[in-house]
Amino acid sequence: MDETVVETRGLIKTYGRVEAVRGIDLAVHRGEVFGFLGPNGAGKSTTISILCTLLSPTAGQALVAGYDVTRQPGAVRARIGLVFQDPSLDDQLTARENLEFHAFLYNVPRAERRRRIDGVLEMVELTERAGSLVRTFSGGMKRRLEIARGIVHYPEVLFLDEPTIGLDPQTRNRIWEYLHALRRREEITIFMTTHYMDEAEQCDRIAIIDHGQIIAQGTPEELKAGVGGDVVTVTTRNPALAADEIRRAFELEPAVDGSNLRLEVADGASFVPRLVRDLTVPVSAVTLSRPTLDHVFLKLTGKAIRDEEVDQKDAMRMMHQRWARRR
Amino acid sequence: MRGEAERLGPQRAAVSTAWASLRAVYMIWRRDLLRFWRDRARVLGSLVQPLLFLILLGTGLSSALRAAGGSTFAGGLDYQHFIYPGIIGMSVLFSSIFSGMSIIWDRDFGFLKEVLVAPIDRSAVAIGKTLGGASQATIGGLILLILSPFFGVHLGALDALELVGLIFCIAFALTAVGVAVASRMQSMMGFQFVLNFLVQPAFFLSGALFPLQGLPAWMTPLTRIDPLSYGVDPIRRVVLSASGLPSPLIDRLSLTLLGQPVPILLDVGIMLAFGAVLLAIAVVNFRHQQ
Ligand SMILES: Nc1ncnc2c1ncn2[C@@H]1O[C@H](COP(=O)(O)OP(=O)(O)OP(=O)(O)O)[C@@H](O)[C@H]1O
Ligand SMILES: [Mg+2]
Repeated sequence: MDETVVETRGLIKTYGRVEAVRGIDLAVHRGEVFGFLGPNGAGKSTTISILCTLLSPTAGQALVAGYDVTRQPGAVRARIGLVFQDPSLDDQLTARENLEFHAFLYNVPRAERRRRIDGVLEMVELTERAGSLVRTFSGGMKRRLEIARGIVHYPEVLFLDEPTIGLDPQTRNRIWEYLHALRRREEITIFMTTHYMDEAEQCDRIAIIDHGQIIAQGTPEELKAGVGGDVVTVTTRNPALAADEIRRAFELEPAVDGSNLRLEVADGASFVPRLVRDLTVPVSAVTLSRPTLDHVFLKLTGKAIRDEEVDQKDAMRMMHQRWARRR
Repeated sequence: MRGEAERLGPQRAAVSTAWASLRAVYMIWRRDLLRFWRDRARVLGSLVQPLLFLILLGTGLSSALRAAGGSTFAGGLDYQHFIYPGIIGMSVLFSSIFSGMSIIWDRDFGFLKEVLVAPIDRSAVAIGKTLGGASQATIGGLILLILSPFFGVHLGALDALELVGLIFCIAFALTAVGVAVASRMQSMMGFQFVLNFLVQPAFFLSGALFPLQGLPAWMTPLTRIDPLSYGVDPIRRVVLSASGLPSPLIDRLSLTLLGQPVPILLDVGIMLAFGAVLLAIAVVNFRHQQ
């Protein structure tokens, strides 16, 4: 059953002269985990804010759970759960109090409330710390609590804006386990943004967004199939010359990225020996790999989605948040 | 689990919005009081400033006046006794402003977003915050009432009850100011400005520390547009008449409009009207917030 629960048509959002979202068309089906993948500043959070009725679009239309986000925001809000990119817990309250506040605001019936709260606490393994002030929680615990809060009121659609940002790999894996468990247990659609490629791989379908536009949409396999065959990466000290030779000898167009050349070939295993034989430029390494979403992104945009600089930006952001919190 | 989720969906939608908003007001109010209770040290700390005014300034000026003129401040009334109602007003004023700051903190810490995305009417945020702040301010005022005997003020049970009611009305109006200001403000820095350029003058012009009659012509209108004047005045009238002061003397020490003493009901009416207007502004601001 391919019922659409999130749908946008020509969604546009401009902040003054900044065009954050430039005509997005999306369709998310009920029960799937939909990944929204893109580099910093691509417009992911802006899109989520529109879908969650926190921002009104400059133009275009968005339907969530069958309701229009601008005309029926109340109906949309009652049916969604949201985990923000930035923390949004009250750290002077206990974990349980945060959940109670939320469940109460979302009208979870009194008889259900207690059971439901206990259930989500158990799922994110915070039962033991339910009575502790959130102030005393680690970053990963806070994130888990926010996810628990996002689902305590039985949302139809759960929006997660970079749920694992700034967390260590172990915690990230745990969070993914919760999400998969959640999907098995309840009929819920998950819409998440990320700029971790390996996370996008775990989604049923993904949309890749760059500069406010969707540049590809499909299952991870479909997108990778679009790259065509295998990816061969050649590392050399003279990339320009090597590129020239490859163009002449194999009629292939390599993508140059620093001292790396990337080639897409149908059969990598038989191509590599021929390549090594024909190149006169000294080569320091040749790697053969199956295409990853990284390659998809590179192919579509000509740049890597995530480099050191971006990582540092995120680190700075986390540091800033921690600092802001202490004041 | 699955069946449950389906059952709950429609049931939740059937809840009337008015009832849901009331519940939200209650929850937001409750959260404020919970935090207040957790932060008792700060509550006690916030009483330090009023107590300094009462004990040090009150005692100091009372003695100085006696030494200078060999008499009391006015007709058997000590200065300390005179400023006691004003200091209650001050405590309420500063505690109301603190509620405004707490909204900016919530914005900073992201918690406000959690409230703004909930399926509730945004008016519930403004009202819940105002009631929460007003309750906290009233508790501060109540503590000062309990301490009244130490400042030579003796109140009957009925007077105390009337004062609590008055304090709550004033706290409501002043908190509405704080909430309205904070509803538009993004940073603490802006709030500092408000504190220095609005709150401090409002305190000094309110008649908390001196009577508002016989002032220079430039000052009188300022004191009359200061909302806190209409808050300090009724508290002072009740306290002074509870202390058995003759009404002509009370009238002389109280607020006048167009030369006429202002009755308590008019004070309260002005205060509540002012609070209602600011609360409405806050509601509109929260509704339009993105
Ligand atoms: N309030 C705002 N005012 C002006 N510009 C904004 C505002 N919010 C976002 N932008 C701009 O819109 C663009 C998209 O921002 P958005 O936060 O949606 O990106 P993102 O994909 O979520 O990025 P990240 O991975 O860093 O979270 C950016 O260029 C950003 O600078
Ligand atoms: Mg973002």
